[in-house]
Amino acid sequence: MKVALFIPCFVDQFYPHVGMSIVGVLERLGHTVDYPEAQTCCGQPAFNSGFWDEARSVAERQMRVFRDSEMVVIASGSCGAMVKVFYPELFRGHPQEVEAKALATKTFEFSDFLVNRLGVLDVGARFPGRATFHDGCHALRELGLKKEPRQLLRHVQGLELVEMKEAETCCGFGGTFAVKFPMISTAMGEVKCASIADTGADYVISNDCSCLMQIRGVLDRQGKSVKTLHLAEVLAQT
Amino acid sequence: MTNREIILGRIREALKVAAPHPDFHELGRADLPVGPDARQRVPTAPQKWLPPVGETLAEQVELFGRNAEDLKAEFHECSGLSEVIQHVKKLSADGGWKKIGRHRGEFTDPVARELGLTEVRTDKGYAVKDLESCDAALTECEALVAQTGSVLVSAPSAGGRALSILPPHHVVLARRNQVVPDLGVALQRVQEKFKDKFPSFMSFISGPSRTGDIERILVLGAHGPKKLTILLLP
Amino acid sequence: MNAQAHEFKASVRRYTADLGHRDWIQKALAGYYVKRDEFKNRFQSWPSARNAAAEIKWEAINHLDRYLDEFVSKLEARGTKVFWAPDAQAARDYIVGVARAHKVRSIIKSKSMTGEEVHLADALEQSGFEVVESDLGEYIVRLRREPPYHIVFPAMHLTRKQISDLFHSRLGSEPTNNPEDLTMFARRVMRRKYCEADMGISGANFAIAETGMISITENEGNARLTTSLPKIHVAIVGIEKVLPKLSDLALFLPMLATAGAGQPITGYNTLYGGPRQSGEPDGPEEFHVVLLDNRRTALLADAEQRDALHCIRCGACLNVCPIFKNVGGHSYGTTYQGPIGSVITPHLRGLQDWKHLSQASSLCGACTETCPVKINLHHHLLHNRRNAVRARPPRSEKMIQAGFVFMMRHLAIYRLAARIGRTAQPLQPVLRATIFDPVRAWTKTRSFPRLAKKSFRELWRERKTS
Repeated sequence: MKVALFIPCFVDQFYPHVGMSIVGVLERLGHTVDYPEAQTCCGQPAFNSGFWDEARSVAERQMRVFRDSEMVVIASGSCGAMVKVFYPELFRGHPQEVEAKALATKTFEFSDFLVNRLGVLDVGARFPGRATFHDGCHALRELGLKKEPRQLLRHVQGLELVEMKEAETCCGFGGTFAVKFPMISTAMGEVKCASIADTGADYVISNDCSCLMQIRGVLDRQGKSVKTLHLAEVLAQT
Repeated sequence: MTNREIILGRIREALKVAAPHPDFHELGRADLPVGPDARQRVPTAPQKWLPPVGETLAEQVELFGRNAEDLKAEFHECSGLSEVIQHVKKLSADGGWKKIGRHRGEFTDPVARELGLTEVRTDKGYAVKDLESCDAALTECEALVAQTGSVLVSAPSAGGRALSILPPHHVVLARRNQVVPDLGVALQRVQEKFKDKFPSFMSFISGPSRTGDIERILVLGAHGPKKLTILLLP
Repeated sequence: MNAQAHEFKASVRRYTADLGHRDWIQKALAGYYVKRDEFKNRFQSWPSARNAAAEIKWEAINHLDRYLDEFVSKLEARGTKVFWAPDAQAARDYIVGVARAHKVRSIIKSKSMTGEEVHLADALEQSGFEVVESDLGEYIVRLRREPPYHIVFPAMHLTRKQISDLFHSRLGSEPTNNPEDLTMFARRVMRRKYCEADMGISGANFAIAETGMISITENEGNARLTTSLPKIHVAIVGIEKVLPKLSDLALFLPMLATAGAGQPITGYNTLYGGPRQSGEPDGPEEFHVVLLDNRRTALLADAEQRDALHCIRCGACLNVCPIFKNVGGHSYGTTYQGPIGSVITPHLRGLQDWKHLSQASSLCGACTETCPVKINLHHHLLHNRRNAVRARPPRSEKMIQAGFVFMMRHLAIYRLAARIGRTAQPLQPVLRATIFDPVRAWTKTRSFPRLAKKSFRELWRERKTS
């Protein structure tokens, strides 16, 4: 299958290795990966702040970039939710409504794509270690993904997956919330990190780099050695 | 314009624009038609919300008993009036009852007679301080709800509003055929019984009075009765 | 920033720094989660129950005029006096008027968030009436002269020692660390009041249109006592409390108990259909129902957010909200806390003044997921944000967003910005958390990641050429 990659702006700039990991996994499974280079951002920062006209401005350009792609895989739960759930709402009653729905239909978050589109649970990965999984809120609640990342991780050789009590509790990132209400955001991050520590895991894995940015940020200030990894990075290991 | 006209006017104006269907925001259902006539009804009734209560009365009685005890009520199936009287006498002795409140009824009459205590009968009214100093209340009821372990009382069936809430120990005398499967059936029964002439007061009582307001610790007898005893006649 | 937003931020600063408080609230809710899940699992299908509840409330709210009329005519047919209150002042004036007309001296009150909303107790006290709050939690917070912390658990933030100290200093009770002793003390105080009060005021959880009854849910029995003994019963009821049919309670009572308190059913669920009817031995001689609008119709008019009126005030959304758990109920500074409060307060009290509540959320969606009537809570926070910007675009943020758009619409600019970022990055350790740090709101408490040496785009291009 020919798959177009939607690499969120912050993954492009801060976590490009996550993008490369996705490429690696998809190619290992025999698919052709394309990266439409004109892409920039899904527009969520403007959308979440209530600037919907501005969000549309950015989103419509992004939609054009992917117009000719058959299948789009996105590296983040929150951007995935933006496209799948919010683009149709953002463009309701606008000329691009049909195009928005079309893109929403053909876009999948990475674990969703592997498990539900390709029907693959075992990607031939090997990653010895004790890890816990953090459910990014957008992937969990907007996209309904809970079992998919866990099914994939359970087939990773050598990986011991332990659940944390607060797996489904928001890490506190929330986009601009993290800088507009930093005290609440940090408090939420602390709750998350305490729950991670309780598992005794060496790794915390998530399907959203923005969550990992937040968790890493708090863990570093706490001097904790728990490593943060995106799901794709784990699945890329052989 | 009266206040009623003002408010109803605002409501009618507001409702001129249709609201989306309840599932509108769920993934994949954004295309559901909008508007009051286009609503797709999810079957809402009759449906059993809580677990099956059992087909037979015997199962329902058993479930009622279990649920009532989970709620910290006391429940006894009695073989007849004499066993009921025995139970109540024991409660009275254990509780040191001197005065009870009650209403006139098929079962309260003989039980109260055998107890032989000073009584406050609420049927034709009463002095609040007299009822307030009663040690127990003896009432009947409309129904016992198996699914929740609740007692449904009403003003006519339980001697008014205060009798079953003011004295510290409430004793309910009920018949086996008053056990109903669930809240829905209980409400249906009272609708059929009273039709348009409902009592002004009906209450589902589920266990003794309680509070968790202090550190979430359960304390019984917050304002209403600390003890609830349900005695079932055949 | 307006005064409310200022106070909110100040309160947030205080509460998020108070680790003891945060811990206490987490502990307070721990038992609730376990019990809630236990009783949810008793439902044959909680999702189906939610669907049905959402449908019933949709029906009620979208035909509100019809159901309210039915409710009122059934009530009036049996002697209830109904007052339609367009706003809080009208409600207060009416109730004070009733108290005056009957030369009431002492009033006993059971828990009512609608009563809180219109500051009813304050208005009555200022008019010279003694008002006693009978719900234990509400009684406690009123003695402390603070608002309820949570719409269902008003005193959840207090320890038994704080309550004991309070009773000791304000009521002269013996200090104790036994919750039962404290409760019994309050019970004794209250019992006298029930028996003496001339007027009882309650709220209502539901208003049943079909039979003209209000339904009150409680555990303590204080509402039953409030409405049994005094000669006058006044109930203040939001117009949105309507349910079409009596049988709807068969669904809503267990759902309210499960979602709201982690109970299979609440201790007392009582239906009141009028003043004392002929043949009844007790009950009030007069029953008044005050139907409150107070801008509920404004929310009704917002078709997109109309489902916020489906709320049954269970408090489940507060209990799962990470914001609520970390900032505490008092930070909201308004009657309705948590997600539902953040959604409706801008409608009830002004969008620009209260939009900060809708902004202070990571939009995690736990509230929407838990709501028994499926209100689209977290999306409405987004809607409020959008509406606030549309109505009054904040100038500096508008400029920043314009810059964001410009950058994201022009790949060359985006890449230039990234290059500038990489060049300035070595300065980060020096500038971090100072006023020159563009992300100091972040770096004060968290480490900020480094920009990768090569962006994904650059790595991809390298791959292609190699």
